[in-house]
Amino acid sequence: MSTIISLPDQSTARIPKVNFITKENGLLSWLLTGDHKRIAMLYLASITFFFAIGGALAGLIRLELLTPQSDLMATDTYNKVFTMHGVVMIFLFLVPSVPATLGNFLIPIMIGAKDLALPKINLLSWYLYVAGGIMVLYTMAAGGVDTGWTFTTPLSTHYLNTNVLSTGIAIFIAGFSSIFTGLNFIVTIHKMRAPGMTWFRLPLFVWSHYAASILMVLGTPVLAIALVLVILERTMGIGVFDAAKGGDPILFQHLFWFYSHPAVYIMILPGMGVISEVISTFSRKRVFGYTAVAFSSVAIAVFGFFVWEHHMFIMGVSTYSTLVFSLLTMLVAVPSAIKIFNWSFTLYKGSITFETPMLYAFGFMGLFTIGGLTGVFLGTTGTDIHLTETYFIVAHFHFVMVGGMLMAFLAGIHFWWPKMTGRMYPEKISQLAALITFIGFNFTFFPQFILGTLGMPRRYAAYPAEFQVLNVFSTAGATILGVGYLLPILYLTWSLRYGEIAGNNPWQATGLEWQIQSPPLTENFAEIPIVDHDAYDYDWLERKHVHEREVTSV
Amino acid sequence: MSAPHQTHGHTQTENGNEHGEHLHIVPPRIYIIVGTTLLIFTAITVWASYLELGVFNPVIALFIACLKATIVVLFFMHVKYSSKLTKLTVGAGLFTFLTLIAMTLADYFTRAWGRW
Amino acid sequence: MEQQVDATGFAMWLFLLTEIMFFGGLFTAYLIYRNWYYPAFVAGSHQLSILWGTLNTGVLITSSFTMAMGVWCAETRRKGGLVLCLVLTFLLGLVFLGIKTIEYSEKIEKHHVPGFHYSLKSFTDPNSDEAAKTAGDKPLPLDMARHTEMYFGLYFAMTGMHALHMIIGIAILAFMIVRAQAGAYTTGHITFVENFGLYWHFVDIVWIFLFPLLYLISRHG
Repeated sequence: MSTIISLPDQSTARIPKVNFITKENGLLSWLLTGDHKRIAMLYLASITFFFAIGGALAGLIRLELLTPQSDLMATDTYNKVFTMHGVVMIFLFLVPSVPATLGNFLIPIMIGAKDLALPKINLLSWYLYVAGGIMVLYTMAAGGVDTGWTFTTPLSTHYLNTNVLSTGIAIFIAGFSSIFTGLNFIVTIHKMRAPGMTWFRLPLFVWSHYAASILMVLGTPVLAIALVLVILERTMGIGVFDAAKGGDPILFQHLFWFYSHPAVYIMILPGMGVISEVISTFSRKRVFGYTAVAFSSVAIAVFGFFVWEHHMFIMGVSTYSTLVFSLLTMLVAVPSAIKIFNWSFTLYKGSITFETPMLYAFGFMGLFTIGGLTGVFLGTTGTDIHLTETYFIVAHFHFVMVGGMLMAFLAGIHFWWPKMTGRMYPEKISQLAALITFIGFNFTFFPQFILGTLGMPRRYAAYPAEFQVLNVFSTAGATILGVGYLLPILYLTWSLRYGEIAGNNPWQATGLEWQIQSPPLTENFAEIPIVDHDAYDYDWLERKHVHEREVTSV
Repeated sequence: MSAPHQTHGHTQTENGNEHGEHLHIVPPRIYIIVGTTLLIFTAITVWASYLELGVFNPVIALFIACLKATIVVLFFMHVKYSSKLTKLTVGAGLFTFLTLIAMTLADYFTRAWGRW
Repeated sequence: MEQQVDATGFAMWLFLLTEIMFFGGLFTAYLIYRNWYYPAFVAGSHQLSILWGTLNTGVLITSSFTMAMGVWCAETRRKGGLVLCLVLTFLLGLVFLGIKTIEYSEKIEKHHVPGFHYSLKSFTDPNSDEAAKTAGDKPLPLDMARHTEMYFGLYFAMTGMHALHMIIGIAILAFMIVRAQAGAYTTGHITFVENFGLYWHFVDIVWIFLFPLLYLISRHG
């Protein structure tokens, strides 16, 4: 099979002696760094750690669901397991995944800057993440919380006495980490672009992070106040959500979902940015309809604020409001669909090769489409009444988040691994891992769509025996999926020592990050570049190579 | 405080940048006018709350509060003399704030309309 | 350098956006419950002192003025003026908190703090309560009287959150006064003062809305 990988001669190639990793040594030089690339690495390590925890919790869920009875663990324990799984996976993995690792690493380089606008705030953001993570670990050690990651009132305010307080505080702190990351990105993208780097020459990766950052800044504070009010209700008797005091429990849900719906776009938009970069590179073609993709990112961000009530259709909100929100939900699907169309047209008549990042990108396109379309069924109030709170919803969000976002994250990690570390990952085993992940994923989550339509409720440890076969399929798939995720952790670590030297541009990609050394210098560029070409300009790249060959041959 | 103060407009030479920030030093005169206006409006809003205006009482109170907030934003916070980006940012915040309130209240106000 | 200066101001505005949305949740709750429990909100509002509330509003507005003047002093490199303005802002902030303490103590004494010790007496029997009697309140039916606890819940949540922001601001002011005296802000590096000014004005704006919404509900009649 053909490949575009182009590595330097391994017998003479060396990792550049001066780079951001070798610049300074010692633990403190990492823990007190202002270098966005080091902070990205710190984030990568921490989110991988929490992903492993979230994954282990998922394993426990699937083990329990092998049998219809609640026999592996008590139902209360099961409730704690799925709650912690949700909290860890959403707040400590998915939300920071691409932005805090790849975004932090790449955005300054992609725009031609030496660092983010506010390096100290960037470091603070990581420490807040760690503090939130430690609070979550404490919560788990203290017995966990069993409200579901959605903290629905009055369950979380009155009827449960598990660690709602510590989890609320943990998420509050982690939320600030997210806010500061988004704030930093917005300021950087506005103020620190290199000369010639106009908005419409930016890589689409940057556009998608810009859109996600708007959501982080404007949405997260509403989650914060929702959590504060839950904490006040539990500790001080301020009964804003307490029906006995005249409060409305649904108000909590309004405030919670006002953030949590944009949150799903915070999670997916950066992934979509990755996919734009990967699809372009591995079809050797500029992204079709650049402007449409750029604007659709911002459109998703704006419209994403108008649809939150679709998570509450059955909760007792006014039927007229469900009409409005249902219509708006249909509209918000349009920009996402535009992206899928544009990526498809990018592939059309491109020179496609199937390196690992591209395999993950193909997986993304198929699985995200399925997940997104099932969202339309859920956005329709009539069908939502039957499908919500069943396994259909569980399958829907796992398709978009795991089949979509996590695959995009892996695509990005593989794509930029050579840039971040200077070394290539082993291609054959990584392609195998991608395939295993895809197969495992479908076995795990496709049966859940069927289970949902058949009526199996979510968040139940015990279920009617007629659902067992599909649940066994799902657990079998989860085991395969687990192998698929374990492999990258292993071979990527292996590659740090034994991987082939990558050189500046193993993918022959456009983009400023591929024109500098791997790993980059601390200051990214020896000289700030002056940008004179559009993104995904393969002709410019070709001319540059011809010029370089001419220079060296003379 | 008798040193000459900077004039309005973008004719400054020190630290020139295209956004107009820091070019413009708002003179104390403006602050005194704004501060006094705010105090007067406070007195008006208290006085108005003692009048029997029915449903217009909260309307007037909120209207005056919005006026006060506007002059604080424009003059004390320099937004009038700031870049388009700053104005856009303030607008975006306001827009999202109003979306939260309006769309949430839309549920509450229409509940009483019954099922269909 | 100019770029850096421009960037921090923009960053501070973005942070203020998060504050707008944070308080937004509280305002949403307030609007809903005021609509549902209007008589209870009226009775609750009558329990607040117009004198202290108006005075506090005046204090905060003046402190915003002194803060803005402080920024002007920094811009025009007047060290003495800057320190004076920051000190005045600081003191006015303390006065605000002092008055709030007086108000809170009164609420605690009258058992109007939500929770275990909340008392409905002022609302079911207005003649027993000075403030209610002066306002000419009629006794509320029991279920509506209970909803006054919601009013006070929001009162404490909103003014408490506001006060917390004031405390943080005052602490930063103390730090700034020391630095200003050392001349840190009058050599051209004024962004810290400017950006803090933005924060302080924002806190003032929150109060500009809290005052009529909490203190001035149906004061007539």
